[in-house]
Amino acid sequence: MNQDRMQNNTIKSKGEEIIALANTVRWDLGIDFHDSIIESIYEDASLIAKKTVQQTGEKEAYSFDLKIDKIVTSKWLGFPLMFLMLTVVFWLTVAGANYPSGLLASLLIDTMHPILKGFAASVNMPWWLDGVLIDGAYLSMAWVIAVMLPPMAIFFPIFTLLEDLGYLPRVAFNMDSLFRKAGAHGKQALTMSMGFGCNAAGVVAARVIDSPRERLIAIITNNFSLCNGRWPTQILIASIFMGSLVPAGMAGIVSAGAVVAIALLGIFFSLVVSWVLSKSVLKGEASSFSLELPPYRPPRVLQTLYTSLIDRTIIVLWRAVVFAVPAGVFIWLVANIHMGDLSIAEHFIQWSNPFAIIFGLNGVILLAYIIAIPANEIVIPTILMLTVLSAKLTGVGAGSGVMFELDSLSDTANVLHAGGWTLLTAVNLMLFSLLHNPCSTTIMTIYKETKSAKWTLVSTFLPIVLGFIVTFFTTQIWLLFH
Amino acid sequence: MHTKDNCATCPAHNKANLVKLGINLENVDFVITMAGNPNTGKSTVFNNLTGLRQHTGNWPGKTVSRAEGGFIFNDKRYKVVDLPGTYSLLSTSTDEEVARDFILFGQPDVTVIVVDATRLERNLNLVLQILELTDRAVMCVNLMDEAKRNNLEIDIRTLSKELGIPVIPASARRKEGMNELLQAIEEVATGKYLCRPPKIKSRSKKLKHAIETLSVKIKESYPRLQNVKWVAMRLLEGDNSIIEAVRSGEIGNLHEKQLKRE
Repeated sequence: MNQDRMQNNTIKSKGEEIIALANTVRWDLGIDFHDSIIESIYEDASLIAKKTVQQTGEKEAYSFDLKIDKIVTSKWLGFPLMFLMLTVVFWLTVAGANYPSGLLASLLIDTMHPILKGFAASVNMPWWLDGVLIDGAYLSMAWVIAVMLPPMAIFFPIFTLLEDLGYLPRVAFNMDSLFRKAGAHGKQALTMSMGFGCNAAGVVAARVIDSPRERLIAIITNNFSLCNGRWPTQILIASIFMGSLVPAGMAGIVSAGAVVAIALLGIFFSLVVSWVLSKSVLKGEASSFSLELPPYRPPRVLQTLYTSLIDRTIIVLWRAVVFAVPAGVFIWLVANIHMGDLSIAEHFIQWSNPFAIIFGLNGVILLAYIIAIPANEIVIPTILMLTVLSAKLTGVGAGSGVMFELDSLSDTANVLHAGGWTLLTAVNLMLFSLLHNPCSTTIMTIYKETKSAKWTLVSTFLPIVLGFIVTFFTTQIWLLFH
Repeated sequence: MHTKDNCATCPAHNKANLVKLGINLENVDFVITMAGNPNTGKSTVFNNLTGLRQHTGNWPGKTVSRAEGGFIFNDKRYKVVDLPGTYSLLSTSTDEEVARDFILFGQPDVTVIVVDATRLERNLNLVLQILELTDRAVMCVNLMDEAKRNNLEIDIRTLSKELGIPVIPASARRKEGMNELLQAIEEVATGKYLCRPPKIKSRSKKLKHAIETLSVKIKESYPRLQNVKWVAMRLLEGDNSIIEAVRSGEIGNLHEKQLKRE
């Protein structure tokens, strides 16, 4: 023991001696010697490069890169091009997803569901088990697949191609100065872009930001990036309510535009909230970083298709299914367990309706958002089912408490109209879908990353409060004109 | 890397000997690490070797924390640690510290430095800094397809001579050059190829003298430490994490790890 300590002490004193010597010797070197070390490295590097790299002929591709960069990152064209690009991507997604969605729905719901029901009947399954398993769990899963798979299978590959090509880093480059002006870190543009895929991933990605203050800002505001659980909701509601405002030929463009507008509003809130946080509770200087624009590289289309299908689409879809199945069971139960004359769901809807109406929403929407805390993906099917239930519609869907999907937009629109939906409800739903609590996975991730209950609560409730404020004002303004 | 019969150097032979292990990392024979500037396709090389699909994106800082994977090549098990992309090891951002500390204290058997063929000069800055930390390195000149597109010709043999390490041209996205890279990694790991990187030459007399003085002192205390000059330089620069390592004696563990390997 004593010997150990003595040995420890010799090590310590050896160390101190070396450090002391370093401090003495350093005096002779002058203050700029760090620079001279870097310079000598650069010198060596350039000597070696001169010996080994030869430019034969023109460097066409490279100067072509610069020309493109001048356009896509220019002051005047950068942003409009960005918006145009986003709109085209969403339009392709909206327009392209309809047909495969219909096919999947008719296969999984119109064909498979009755078969399963028939099978359940033939083995004399008790009605409640049949309800929970087939009308709850199975239909909820079928919905998620039919509605989510086609848009994701279109959206993710296009997004990945843009990333592969080198365009997304340019988007981050364009956004960089905006984030700095908001008192946040330039890299937040990257974590935000990642949030467009999945907020939990975006929150983890905030690790690349060194300053704890700026990292926290990036984490709190990541929820304002519409994640892929919310894209389908936005796209569906925009197609039904915004698209129908204009002639059919324009519908696709207008609904894609509405979705882009919501996404941009999200970026706007991201900036504003960052700015407020950095000016109040999270005060401090913005730290600098350098963002290098990677060269444009021709994307490998087939490989991108494969990896974005496997890595993103299938994995995200699987996650949604895993959450949708228990949620489907839960929905079926609240719709089928009665207290007095009404089901639990109807009790809640009636009770919360007066409150919801102040915000231009309704009790169905509130209940759907509570049920959908595990996954944003199931908001729409839950809303449809609850609407049919509470409005006592007949001839739509498969029965009480049974989640369903409709093959055509107009059928879906009819259900929503019958549930008392107006253009205001649609706009507010889109806003509320942007501004509400993160899903449970993201909340858990925020806690893991910040290790702070306080900031987790802030990240959870700040968006909801904002959501209610915004929908309250849109409702009041709407009422002024109607 | 040099004299081999045709069969052993034939790509088909090597391919049959690569087993991608994903994240199964038990009982490894060698630890290799991957370093390089951002945007050099480092993660693509990593994925090719390990069979993992770490998400790659072409902007700085995309590899958030270090990723690990493994593979078996010619019956030897390798663990691969992918470090965050950095431009240098001399300043103090988190990414750079993670990379530097791993190469220095993790003492990998081979450091694979992935560079961008179209930006060789700039990438060489990092290569030279890494070569001051470790002798056992392989350089993978990636994006050779891009270099061709830009009409750039790169003299691989001279590069290898200048740097004293194996240099392998590759286009990782097309999976070209991967077998040659594996071969080179094996040769450095097993000691068949002895790397002899030149230590930086063009330096002021004053600095040389200061480094000499300090090196003598460090050698006295830690006679088997290999990166003496580098440690001396970092001490002169007032690098806090190295000062701490010297003060606590952790720097001494470096040569113990080296002993274990030899």
